[in-house]
Amino acid sequence: MTSASLAEWSNLAVYSTMLVLVGALVAFAVSFAARGRRVMVSTPVYAGSGGPEFVDHSRPLAEHGDEQPGRRAGNIAMSLTWLATGLLLLGLVLRGLWAGRVPWGNMYEFSLAWTFGILAVFLAVSLRRDIRWLGLPVIIVSILSLGLAVTVLYTEAAQLVPALRSWWLIIHVASAIICGGAFTVAAAISALYLWRDRAERRGDVTGIVASLPDAARLDTLAYRILAFAFPLWTFAVISGAIWAEYAWGRYWGWDPKETWAFITWVIYAGYLHARSTAGWRGRRAAYISLLGFVSFLINYFGVNIFVNSLHSYAGL
Amino acid sequence: MTATTDLPPAEPAAPPPLDAVGFLRWCWRQLTSMRVALILLFLLAIAAIPGSVLPQRGTDPIRVNEWIQGNPTWGPVLDRLGFFDVYAAPWFAAVYLLLFVSVIGCVLPRTRLHWRALRSAPPAAPSRLDRMPEHRSFVSDLPATDVLDAAAADLSRRRWRVARGDGWVSAEKGYWRETGNLLFHTALIALLIAVGYGALFGWRGNVIVREGSGFSDTLTQYDAWGGGRLADPAELPPFAFVLDDFRVEFERREAQRGAPRLFEADLTLWPTPGSPSEAVTVRVNEPLSIDGAKVFLVGHGYAPELRLTDALGRVVHDEGVVFLPQDGNLTSTGVLKAPDATPSIGIEGLFLPTSAVDDVRGPHSTFPEADDPAVFLSAWAGDLGLDSGVPQSVYRLDTEGMTQLGIEALRLGETWALPGGNGTVEFVGLTRWASFQIAHDPGKEPALVAAIVALAGLMMSLFIQRRRIWVRVRDDGQGATVVTVAGLARSDEADLAPDVDVVTSAITGRSPRT
Repeated sequence: MTSASLAEWSNLAVYSTMLVLVGALVAFAVSFAARGRRVMVSTPVYAGSGGPEFVDHSRPLAEHGDEQPGRRAGNIAMSLTWLATGLLLLGLVLRGLWAGRVPWGNMYEFSLAWTFGILAVFLAVSLRRDIRWLGLPVIIVSILSLGLAVTVLYTEAAQLVPALRSWWLIIHVASAIICGGAFTVAAAISALYLWRDRAERRGDVTGIVASLPDAARLDTLAYRILAFAFPLWTFAVISGAIWAEYAWGRYWGWDPKETWAFITWVIYAGYLHARSTAGWRGRRAAYISLLGFVSFLINYFGVNIFVNSLHSYAGL
Repeated sequence: MTATTDLPPAEPAAPPPLDAVGFLRWCWRQLTSMRVALILLFLLAIAAIPGSVLPQRGTDPIRVNEWIQGNPTWGPVLDRLGFFDVYAAPWFAAVYLLLFVSVIGCVLPRTRLHWRALRSAPPAAPSRLDRMPEHRSFVSDLPATDVLDAAAADLSRRRWRVARGDGWVSAEKGYWRETGNLLFHTALIALLIAVGYGALFGWRGNVIVREGSGFSDTLTQYDAWGGGRLADPAELPPFAFVLDDFRVEFERREAQRGAPRLFEADLTLWPTPGSPSEAVTVRVNEPLSIDGAKVFLVGHGYAPELRLTDALGRVVHDEGVVFLPQDGNLTSTGVLKAPDATPSIGIEGLFLPTSAVDDVRGPHSTFPEADDPAVFLSAWAGDLGLDSGVPQSVYRLDTEGMTQLGIEALRLGETWALPGGNGTVEFVGLTRWASFQIAHDPGKEPALVAAIVALAGLMMSLFIQRRRIWVRVRDDGQGATVVTVAGLARSDEADLAPDVDVVTSAITGRSPRT
């Protein structure tokens, strides 16, 4: 197989990933809507006061004898997500083979890898608990990120500038990629938490929001993911510092990328502390989690595109 | 300022007392409260932002000056407030120092408490175990003492700390969580001290070395040198080297054309005066270590060799002139000053490794490799101003008091006869130069150790769960024993069910379910 066709196969795998993700998106949406509708009917608040339309919707479901509506669509969605993640992995591997190095040497490749990180964290968590309710936001973010990658960020694979040629590229960037996936998934959960929490405080848990787990569980899940990601991010920063010492002669120089990695670290440190402080748990912690994600995005997109940084040499 | 629910920090709502001691104590309590620590954390994050948006003196002093000149209203104000040197600004230091005082104020009392907890037995079992979030009750044929023996033996074997009392066993595990937590925060303080130590005793210098020329590590040889307050320039390691060859390759294919692909500098090195020389190669990512100092390859450029013959026919200059790159294709500028020529000659030059001229950009380079090199020179005669006492940059020609002789473009090997019989300039050859950063940071290794300890402590404090298990026995009056096993998580997310199950099966003699 020639290298040109390797590149084409990689691109094909990425486009297929997007296609399958769109399928997963539809399936998750169907599953989500079905569950939301069912809950509407079964919620006592609506049982008396709801219009007949809700009852009408519930009938076919009840006749099916389906215990959990949308289950089948959810299963399909999960399978499609596994398939998409596998295809994306294939795309990354082919890209790496083509370039003869790790497939995260520029923003296009990093976006692919980040998306893979998001999907991988989502699937890893899904092995231990049912998180289909999280599928919709995760798939949407993944499609957006891949779409951005193939339209705006696409570059031909090229060799790396000398400063990037190091074992630390594998270690440092790989940990940052996994963290990126975990931060994204945690941010999605935190956003859903805020939605659910508002509904709970109003005593009005109806509609689609009722198909989410209760706020306390969302809070715990976001915490667990971030408690895993924070030490990894710490490691990413430390390994970056070691590499910077080798490449640039100083381990910390307040380069914009370093600065924003530091800011991100401080925000998530704040999250962990907030979660263990009375009055800061729950809602405020969720806002901090979202803030940390914004900081990660600024560090990734903002610094690479808008700021003159030592890290912005990898080609858009 | 630590991250568990064990000790909810007091957040005094009362107003500050009026007497001085009371007020200080109130301030201390505020500062060491989690709420204030959180606020300081976010202040630190916000305070770090301007340094990533505005150019900074430490990394890019030229752009700082441009920024200030371009913003005459805000530039000087921001400059005075330290916004162009954020990470050395007093207000930035104030935030992190307050934060670290807050950390110390929390770590010290918690260390004392933890030390006490480490040496005391777990507290007695509560009387009503069925109120615990995780509990099992069952009837055992064993006598009460045997039940407790079995439970205590099993828990001890699995390294729980066990206490026994009348009709109960109490056990606790996961003390390492708090140890890790304290370790993490202490290591962060150590990290800050290591960074400060490195800044005080460390130094760093930059030097440009042309191919074929050398460098010896003394202060006067550096183009720029900066050291901490306690760094002693007399203590520089006395090595010397000659740059024999500098190799560079650039991407020639369409994608990322012109991006560097290889930098390598071959040096002949004398580690100490009089020692035998050795051949070494310095690459990006592969610095050279000599006696506590590290030599990094940080930049490169061209040094066109210009031979200047003056009006009297004397060769007054005949070597490479360092030209500084202005863009990615190494369009470079440089200056040659010949005060000894008759008359004194100054030449400003533009060097293009692959030359091109168009209407929009004028002369410029289209590729960083010397495929088609050319120099564009502008010659001046008159007073170079070198005797004025004002320090001058070797990269800039002060043309005040000079008259322009003319301009000319030269290719390799061409000679330009300066107008007015003022001599000749010949573009003889082309060499490269490499710039090196030579740095010594004694705080580096301590900082790395502190960072690794912090990471280890962090993982301990997040992944180890502090938990308690209790077993209570009661005689049911018919020769059997009613056993209750219960568990309680003392940290956030522990799941006690497996622990309770294991103890239960140890008593009942069945194999554990998990």
